[in-house]
Amino acid sequence: MPADFYLKRLLRAATLALACLGTVAHAAGEAVPVSDDPELEARVLALSHNLRCLVCQNESVAESRAPLAVDMRNQVREQLAAGRSEQEVVDFLVARFGDFVVFTPPFKATTALLWIGPGVLLVAGVAGLALRLRRRLNETPAPLDDAERARARALLAAGSSPEESRK
Amino acid sequence: MIAELGHFALILALVLAGVQAVVPLVGAARNRYALMAVGRPAAQAQLFFLLFAYACLTWAFITSDFSVRLAASNSHTDTPLIYKITGVWGNHEGSLLLWATSLSLWTVAVTIFSRDLPEAFMARVLGVLGAISAGFVSFTLFTSNPFTRLLPAVAEGRDLNPLLQDPGMIIHPPLLYMGYVGFSVAFAFAIAALLSGRLDAAWARWSRPWTTVAWVFLTAGIAVGSGWAYYELGWGGWWFWDPVENASFMPWLLGTALIHSLAVTEKRGAFRNWTVLLAIGAFSMSLLGTFLVRSGVLTSVLAVATDPARGLYILVLLVLVIGISLTLFAWRAPKLTGGGSFGLVSRESTLLGNNVLFAVVTGAVLLGTMYPLFLDALNLGKISVGPPYFEAVFVPLMVPVIVLMVIGPFVRWKGDDGARLLRRLAPAALVSLVLGAGLALAVGHVTWRTVLGLTLAAWVLIGSLQLLLARIAERPGAAAAARLRGIPAAWWGMWTAHLGVGVFIIGVTMVGSLESGLDVKMKEGQSAQLAGYTFTFRGVEDVERANYVAARATLEVRAGERRVATLTPEKRLYLAQQMPMTEASLDIGPFRDVYVSLGEQVEDGSWIVSLYHKPFISWIWLGCTLMGLGGIFAAADRRYRRLAERRAAAGVVQTA
Repeated sequence: MPADFYLKRLLRAATLALACLGTVAHAAGEAVPVSDDPELEARVLALSHNLRCLVCQNESVAESRAPLAVDMRNQVREQLAAGRSEQEVVDFLVARFGDFVVFTPPFKATTALLWIGPGVLLVAGVAGLALRLRRRLNETPAPLDDAERARARALLAAGSSPEESRK
Repeated sequence: MIAELGHFALILALVLAGVQAVVPLVGAARNRYALMAVGRPAAQAQLFFLLFAYACLTWAFITSDFSVRLAASNSHTDTPLIYKITGVWGNHEGSLLLWATSLSLWTVAVTIFSRDLPEAFMARVLGVLGAISAGFVSFTLFTSNPFTRLLPAVAEGRDLNPLLQDPGMIIHPPLLYMGYVGFSVAFAFAIAALLSGRLDAAWARWSRPWTTVAWVFLTAGIAVGSGWAYYELGWGGWWFWDPVENASFMPWLLGTALIHSLAVTEKRGAFRNWTVLLAIGAFSMSLLGTFLVRSGVLTSVLAVATDPARGLYILVLLVLVIGISLTLFAWRAPKLTGGGSFGLVSRESTLLGNNVLFAVVTGAVLLGTMYPLFLDALNLGKISVGPPYFEAVFVPLMVPVIVLMVIGPFVRWKGDDGARLLRRLAPAALVSLVLGAGLALAVGHVTWRTVLGLTLAAWVLIGSLQLLLARIAERPGAAAAARLRGIPAAWWGMWTAHLGVGVFIIGVTMVGSLESGLDVKMKEGQSAQLAGYTFTFRGVEDVERANYVAARATLEVRAGERRVATLTPEKRLYLAQQMPMTEASLDIGPFRDVYVSLGEQVEDGSWIVSLYHKPFISWIWLGCTLMGLGGIFAAADRRYRRLAERRAAAGVVQTA
């Protein structure tokens, strides 16, 4: 059907022209964002901050410019774009590279101490502090012996030192 | 020849350190004045030889003597002079020499500024410092000799790691080392006090200015290091909870607790056991920091050594230091109880509470830093502990610290009335909460973190104002100016440092909540928008320098019609190591930084450019600066400069 054929060609030409116009507009004015989906990019970035770049030294996948990090970012992007959740992507990467790849260690037998450690320290610290303060309250200062009493009297007689007056 | 002279000087320094470690201590134990007097000249001569050795090593770098292995692997004939000089400590061996030299500087400073100390006490302090020095100089000589020759010499050196060729790296390591090493003075005072059984207010007063100065150096070192990471690593992060950063942060945390604990010991005679433990802890953390960074157990941007013998040596040193000092502590502990009594609601309690929290935070950071190493060593798997963990642990523990910091200065020593305090503090706390929530709403970022951060910051600032007003009101009658002048420097120090914490929190909260960034592909003439600014790409030019070539982009930043800045981020290639580096370009402002870094060129000829807007980020370093200034004020207080012995008389009572 020629009419249909021509219509299609016309449409395609129009689209092409529009696309060209768009490019021209870009060249003159607006820079193109590296990603065409900023929302997805933000999710990729947030997730990659929690992933270790395996060939770098203590750098996250978000910060690193190493090729492996770029690959991993792309992988994260593809999977998120395909509709997987953050947790699914992390699970996938952990299955592939091990726990080493995430900066948040999982809670399991070998990391239990890591996660509860600070809490235990806090409880121990506060309990120790409370005990200490209570004991202190009940403590009565040892009475002065005669020599100390004499010394104190001598000091008092000599007049108090001016520098201890404030604070 | 020069290198051999340096090597020889280092050996002499070791001998002198040994003399300084043994003779004065024996003298103090036997009460022999002549033996005690050996400490000072030994320390001074040791400084001379260490400086000489350091100068020799620097000479090898400056003259590009590539028959010295260290110079060959860390310098290059085309390296700019300043980086030849700083390259001396941009590596394991040289940085150890710097460590030993700073220790020697501190020691000689003690002999000069604390010359009024009782002779026996000074002898013990110098003995302890000599022993530490002997440990470090022998470590340098036996496992990490910086003067090792490379024969035959190579024609050209490998250049300094480009990451370290930066103004920030010129001052960061010396500041950090002065801080680390400075805690050895606090440690030496504590050990000397344990040895003599003299743990009293006088000891605390002698030790305080030294500890504060060390803390100032450490604060400045950490701040400069974080600033360096901010602009050098190319994406504008400022703290990474990297093991090397944690290594400097742990002594800082314990050091902060220590200077507060010393204050209580000096004023009230209390917490003496705590103070001693904290002094031991802060120094142990400094050693551990050296161990973490320098033994190659950890890999990080700054860690360069990979030799298990070194790790073992430092580990032994660490075990000896901690073991001996804790044994001493246990021996003297019965003498350490007592001191002024205090009630549940008192200045002492708030300070003790904060001390405990600081210790817990340090423990948590230590746990997170060491845990992966232990798991790996025990073959239980490799894990990474990163920022999410540390933030989850750090923030909840620091919130009560800040609250106590605000409350503390309002509470009276010995005991106070809870109801009075509540009336005094509750209104400001409520106003801060309203302010915090309101500001979060105003900037359009209502998360619990933003509200919490802004509330705390507001409370710190309002509290500081209240405190100042209360202090001025204390002396009715006098003119305001006279009242202000009457406030001692130590009080200003406290006030300024606490204010700095408030400013710091504002910076951290605002940049954490409101920062934004954008990656774009740019061609000449194109522009992009971010946070109300228009960035226009003006093209890329080639730049050639002695040891690198670079592509330098020019971007114009406008806010509406107003031109804000012209930024020139670079992508450099350092020739000797063929290492690419990004050099970000910033427009620093009081309320925001505009930050641009240049990425790769893509197929169609355009460049990838990363644009960032960082609100209030300067406040982070402004806060650190205020904290450091506070430390300087506190250390400069007049009363430390008066005759030491006069004060000692007052303290003797508590020793007996």
